[in-house]
Amino acid sequence: MAEVKLARRNFLKGAGAAGAAGAALATGLTACGPETATTTAPAAPDVWHTLNATEAAFISAAVDTLIPADDLTPSGSAVGLAVFIDRQLAGAFGNGARLYRQGPFLPGKPEHGYQLALTPREFFRAGIESTNQWTQKTYGKDFDRLSEAERVEAMTALEAGKPEFTGFKSSMFFDQLLQLTMEGFFADPIYGGNRDKVAWKMIGFPGLPASYREEIKTYFNKKYDGEPQSIADFS
Amino acid sequence: MVTVLKEVDAVVVGMGWTGSILSRELTKAGLTVVGLERGGMRSPREDFAIPAIRDELKYSQRQELFQDSAMETVSLRHARSETALPMRRLGSFVPGTNVGGAGTHWNGATWRCLETDYVLKSHYTEKYGRNFVPPEMTIQDFGVTYTELEPHYDKFEKLCGVSGQAGNLRGTKVQGGNIFEGPRSSDFPNKPLQRGLAGVLFEEATKKLGYHPFPQPSSNASAAYTNPEGAVMGECVYCGFCERFGCESNAKASPNVSVLPVLMLDSKFELRTHAYVKSLVYDRRAKRVKSVIYVDPRNGEEYEQPAGIVILGAYVFNNVLLMLTSGIGRPYDPVTGRGVVGKNYCYQYTDAGVSVFFEDKENNPYMATGAFGTIIDDFNGDNFDHSALGFIGGGHISAGMSNGRPIATRATPPGTPRWGKEWKQATAKWYRRWFNVSGTACNYAHRENYLDLDPTYKDALGRPLIRITYNFKDNDYKIGKFLSEKSAEIAKAMNPTIVTEPRYRDGNYSAVPYQSTHNTGGTIMGTDPSNSVVNRYLQAWDAHNLFIMGASVFPQNQSYNPTGPLGALAYWSANAITSQYLKSPGPLMPA
Repeated sequence: MAEVKLARRNFLKGAGAAGAAGAALATGLTACGPETATTTAPAAPDVWHTLNATEAAFISAAVDTLIPADDLTPSGSAVGLAVFIDRQLAGAFGNGARLYRQGPFLPGKPEHGYQLALTPREFFRAGIESTNQWTQKTYGKDFDRLSEAERVEAMTALEAGKPEFTGFKSSMFFDQLLQLTMEGFFADPIYGGNRDKVAWKMIGFPGLPASYREEIKTYFNKKYDGEPQSIADFS
Repeated sequence: MVTVLKEVDAVVVGMGWTGSILSRELTKAGLTVVGLERGGMRSPREDFAIPAIRDELKYSQRQELFQDSAMETVSLRHARSETALPMRRLGSFVPGTNVGGAGTHWNGATWRCLETDYVLKSHYTEKYGRNFVPPEMTIQDFGVTYTELEPHYDKFEKLCGVSGQAGNLRGTKVQGGNIFEGPRSSDFPNKPLQRGLAGVLFEEATKKLGYHPFPQPSSNASAAYTNPEGAVMGECVYCGFCERFGCESNAKASPNVSVLPVLMLDSKFELRTHAYVKSLVYDRRAKRVKSVIYVDPRNGEEYEQPAGIVILGAYVFNNVLLMLTSGIGRPYDPVTGRGVVGKNYCYQYTDAGVSVFFEDKENNPYMATGAFGTIIDDFNGDNFDHSALGFIGGGHISAGMSNGRPIATRATPPGTPRWGKEWKQATAKWYRRWFNVSGTACNYAHRENYLDLDPTYKDALGRPLIRITYNFKDNDYKIGKFLSEKSAEIAKAMNPTIVTEPRYRDGNYSAVPYQSTHNTGGTIMGTDPSNSVVNRYLQAWDAHNLFIMGASVFPQNQSYNPTGPLGALAYWSANAITSQYLKSPGPLMPA
């Protein structure tokens, strides 16, 4: 699936970036490593509800950097985190549900929390644009075309708020990106992330049905080895 | 355009804990009662059923059961000199909505306040001297004593089937319970819940240090239970989906489980959902509220419901908003210290403590329930000598995780990155092997902490938002540091593999991270119209047929979760209405 995604993006970006595109393809394949193919059930090709090709490539590369493939789990995109973020941004949350959106929109202190006029969807559009502008300036490439080491370096810079963005701190964008990534990784798989309950298996969270009237006694200070179950397993 | 409806004996605003209890008590006394709820019905069988209820993303992260902040929220500033900004998302606290209110998605911690909490100002003044309480600390006595409230606490605990261990039974101290509590007339209706590893280790450590641990009183039933109303609770299954969720096994007391099944059968009661109360119609000359105006969000129509008695049972902010926008009572002025509506807004100082990590133990954090702590009260209230501490009050210290829901409840040792391979390894290693030992402090009223109407931001009904002017003060920072150091001492006695440095908040109050939904004050109770909005019976001084329920009447915030104390006050007030007010409608206390 990564090949399909990156190929489409290369097509959309045109021949001007051909040199960079070759490197990006190679990186994309590396990030979607062998563990992915062997340990994850075949999933339908990723279909984007709201992300455009550039954004989808960015989010896929970002979740692979935040949740890299290793012995514990496949990479973030391989376990559905880009799909999760796309669906969240396309849905109620992304469009500002439960967000008070009356002005004036004044700059606040961090203790005031989010004060922008943007919905989360538009905030991510702006954050991805700004990040790519910064990586273009710093590395000459969009974020998704950086090497693995460069992506880590770029994410670390974002986390520390080093790049200057228009309108909000780059660390604020990073925090939102990390938050959605972690939500997708640990949420029930019904939302598209945490495929095969990989994150629940990684930490030993048993999921459902979560009825421990007896177990709370019998497993006192003992490891509980229940195979995790999802909402979908009971539906 | 307003449709005027037929007068009823009583109208109740808000169908959470207090609204449900008052509706029940007033219909039992023979009154016709209409209950108004801005949200929709929530039926445990339909809405809290598994598997769907076990969804951390939907209920916890996306806040399914909470007040919709797109419709109404509050604004915040830290001082009068600043411009308040709206809380655009709920974070620090999460008021409920819909039938049952926050009573559907609470954790179930069900406390009694200490005897001294009710006479706070006089206690400190008598014991430590006239000048001990600083003048800017505007604490006061409740105007009602623990002894007077005791039968009503007892009634609320039996309604909720509270699981716990008595520490003071009719004046006899009982080891294993909270020996600092006031005398209780009877034991808890249910035995204490099972404990997890954190609670057991905490108990051992605190005993070794000479403290007095006890199980947190909990409205999560340790056994199947039928309450005095005939409502049936199931046995807690320790699912770890308590706070922010409805309970699928009906083991957590809620208005929906404990009161409404009986109330809804009473023909004298009528529940109206989608009834968004906009204002109270106040007759200043007669000193009474004539009616309640509400909007039906399904069609935008406005209705006026006249009533003989009006019960205000909304959350703290809406109780204050309705008083201020309806022109009842004098708004508080922090410059002169005069006025009462909005005065003594308090919050809570939480998480003063440490995290501990055990390489060789299994905590199974997901096998848990909402009120799952083991607690010490040795440093709460005035249970310890304050003469040389430099602060007043204290807090309870606890250990015991209420859940292991993995999006929000994870920890890694200090120095671990927040993402990447190293983070994955640390999370896999420690997720099941950590917990917090931390203090939850009281928050005493301060002259500069108050509520009023925001001059700029409005809610969906066009009313001003409530503006919170609030920050932690010196007293709070000092208690926080003290409790975090005590927590660290206890934690070290458990011999964990890793214990973090003591943490305590030393900066501004933040609206962002969740701390507690224990907002209090704004319509405080007292003995005199100059220092309170309601009298000792929760009757408004400026409208004798208006009774205000909930934590908005607390003159200051004790460290304890407010539901137990506000449940007792609801029964106390209901008793005053049915036994005194109905016979002779008018002020129950001379002004």
